[in-house]
Amino acid sequence: MKKLIIASIFSIIAVLSFAQNSEKNTNLPSVNIKTLDGQTFNTQGISNDGKPIIISFWALWCKPCKKELDAFNENIEDWQDETGVKIFAISIDDSRSTAKVLPFVSGKDWEFEVLLDPNGDFKRGMNVNMIPHTFLLDGNGKIVYQHTSYYEGDEYELYELVKKVANGENLGKH
Amino acid sequence: MKKFIALLLLAPAFWLTAEAQVTDYLQRVQVHGSFQVDGQFYFPDEALGINDSLINGHKIGLNGFGNISFSIGKFSAGFRYEAMLEPIAGFDPNLYGSGFPYVWATYTDDRFSITVGSFYEQFGNGLVLRSYEEWALGYDNSLNGISVMYEPIKGLIFTGVYGTQRYFSLGHEGLIRGIDGELNFNDMFSAMAESKLRLILGGSAVSKYQADGNQLYQLPENVASFAGRANIGYGKFNFTTEYAYKINDPSAINNYIYKPGEAFIASLSYSTKGLGIYAQFKRTDNFSYKSDRDVTVNALDISYLPPINESHTYSLAAMYPYATQPNGEIGFQFQINYKVPKKSKIGGKYGMGIAINYSQINDIERQQVNDTTYVNQKWTLGYESDFFKFSKHVFYRDLSVEIDKKFNRKWKGIFKYMYQSYDIATIEGHPGEPVINSNIGIADITYKFTPRKSLRFEIQGLWTKEDMGNWTALLLEYTISPHWFFSATDQWNYGNPNTNERIHYLSASFGYTRKATRVQFTYGRTREGIVCVGGVCRQVPASSGLSFSITTNF
Repeated sequence: MKKLIIASIFSIIAVLSFAQNSEKNTNLPSVNIKTLDGQTFNTQGISNDGKPIIISFWALWCKPCKKELDAFNENIEDWQDETGVKIFAISIDDSRSTAKVLPFVSGKDWEFEVLLDPNGDFKRGMNVNMIPHTFLLDGNGKIVYQHTSYYEGDEYELYELVKKVANGENLGKH
Repeated sequence: MKKFIALLLLAPAFWLTAEAQVTDYLQRVQVHGSFQVDGQFYFPDEALGINDSLINGHKIGLNGFGNISFSIGKFSAGFRYEAMLEPIAGFDPNLYGSGFPYVWATYTDDRFSITVGSFYEQFGNGLVLRSYEEWALGYDNSLNGISVMYEPIKGLIFTGVYGTQRYFSLGHEGLIRGIDGELNFNDMFSAMAESKLRLILGGSAVSKYQADGNQLYQLPENVASFAGRANIGYGKFNFTTEYAYKINDPSAINNYIYKPGEAFIASLSYSTKGLGIYAQFKRTDNFSYKSDRDVTVNALDISYLPPINESHTYSLAAMYPYATQPNGEIGFQFQINYKVPKKSKIGGKYGMGIAINYSQINDIERQQVNDTTYVNQKWTLGYESDFFKFSKHVFYRDLSVEIDKKFNRKWKGIFKYMYQSYDIATIEGHPGEPVINSNIGIADITYKFTPRKSLRFEIQGLWTKEDMGNWTALLLEYTISPHWFFSATDQWNYGNPNTNERIHYLSASFGYTRKATRVQFTYGRTREGIVCVGGVCRQVPASSGLSFSITTNF
């Protein structure tokens, strides 16, 4: 009898603990990548207090990626004021140029967070085949939209979706 | 009876729990994946010397893969299926085949993770261990075995790997064991948490095993390598360095010499708002490290030796790409990125970007080990080398200046000049050919008709007296955001000393993108050349035909 009660209590606890919501964004794979100054950063730490998040994969050798991020940078002040969106640019440059990313980003004066994924672990975790590849996450950290390649003007399309997400609209099946 | 009632009372609880668990699990299961197929149909083209007998029935090349991964809470697993049933021209023919070269399962906890099956790992800069894949090159040296990561306390991370290495589609070879530790002082010591000084130290040890099959010479069956690294940041300065040492490892690449190997990288950068300055030094001495000593092709590399010049993206600037010389090289690079501020005289309304880069890579200095042994003689200690000495032999040198500017809402452009010196005899292994000195000019201009419709125009020139002489390249690209692009390009070898080889490489493409799905078709000629991603390069033969690429992600 005792054993049964104990067992059932344990199983309930187990269920509760599985259902527990931690601060981590469990919609993203848990992968250790690096910040620009070499600190380890777990990708489940990508969060924005219930506001939308843009994750964009890029590299120094990718021209359209840099154009896309330049376009984001031109608009970032307005976007942040209006929706509170946060941008994470993930560089997949390998050790040939990881140390070059920080001075490059400073030289560009980009005003968003840039992280390093030198061996493509996060890229693989997110199933990115080609870059630029951009994801939009809603306030719960769930991926609601993604897009590969960049053409001039793509940022307007993306920002329309950011606004919808910020207003709590459902984008439907992505 | 009591027991029976108790059971009856508890049953719903169990049932609820079980059901809750199942639904909960099902809701938590995430399935993600991606697919890609690249294909090419080949046509005969007399001007390129491609006729039916050369194609010889191999009219289609097809490279495809599918990646699927599942995750439930802390557990995840996945696989990749690959099919290269006749790989595209320029990929290693050993890739022919289909199957599941990459199958894995991982359990991740807060401070611990374990992976069984195939995995990719990099220690530090990869000097002693890097397994990775580059689909565009057909390169994959994934390890197959066990990988463990453990973080006993915050700021200290250990990684251990044990496994064999993928060899094209031919299975796995070698045996590799490695351990890496990294200590982050700012995370570990609370006193340093807010310090302006950021310090990370790391070290790795890797060993490979291969039986000695040689009758005459005794070869090391276990070849160990060690590396130490540091990352020091202070305010706006950042310094990173790594040194690696490898015991003697006679191989086909180093002409079977018994000399130990060394590799060293150091880079220093200064970054402030609108300005980034970067300098790097690198030296490689006899550091080819493969899990099979007799293999010379692009496969089975344990070490990764990054080339230190800038990686160029414009087609003519990338025509003569540098590749790391694992047997020895010494070089440095400087780069400045500056943004002329908005609303200044030169910067104009939007500001202007300037990037200047200089790289140079020489051979290392080599001396005889004794009077009776010539330099790099097989089955000897090879040579002696002074660590900081540059030989007079320059492998590669380039100087580039790039300016990017937005003129107004409609017009923007990138302008680039580059001088390049390329020792084709060493880098591409064409003995006797002279060094190629070239001047390259590029203008890349974008005009926006409307916010979503724009035309990009690119004109490039490469001027040289050597090799194939002068080239020019034109590109027109029209894009309609967010779905369509259309482009036409011509690369013309107008200065070829042989007038019969002044060929136009014309091609046209269009593509359609919807969310994460993209389809692209290209029709035309491909110039013979080298495609490099990261540190590895692939020879691409000249071809003519129709190619397509389909990629999707869910």
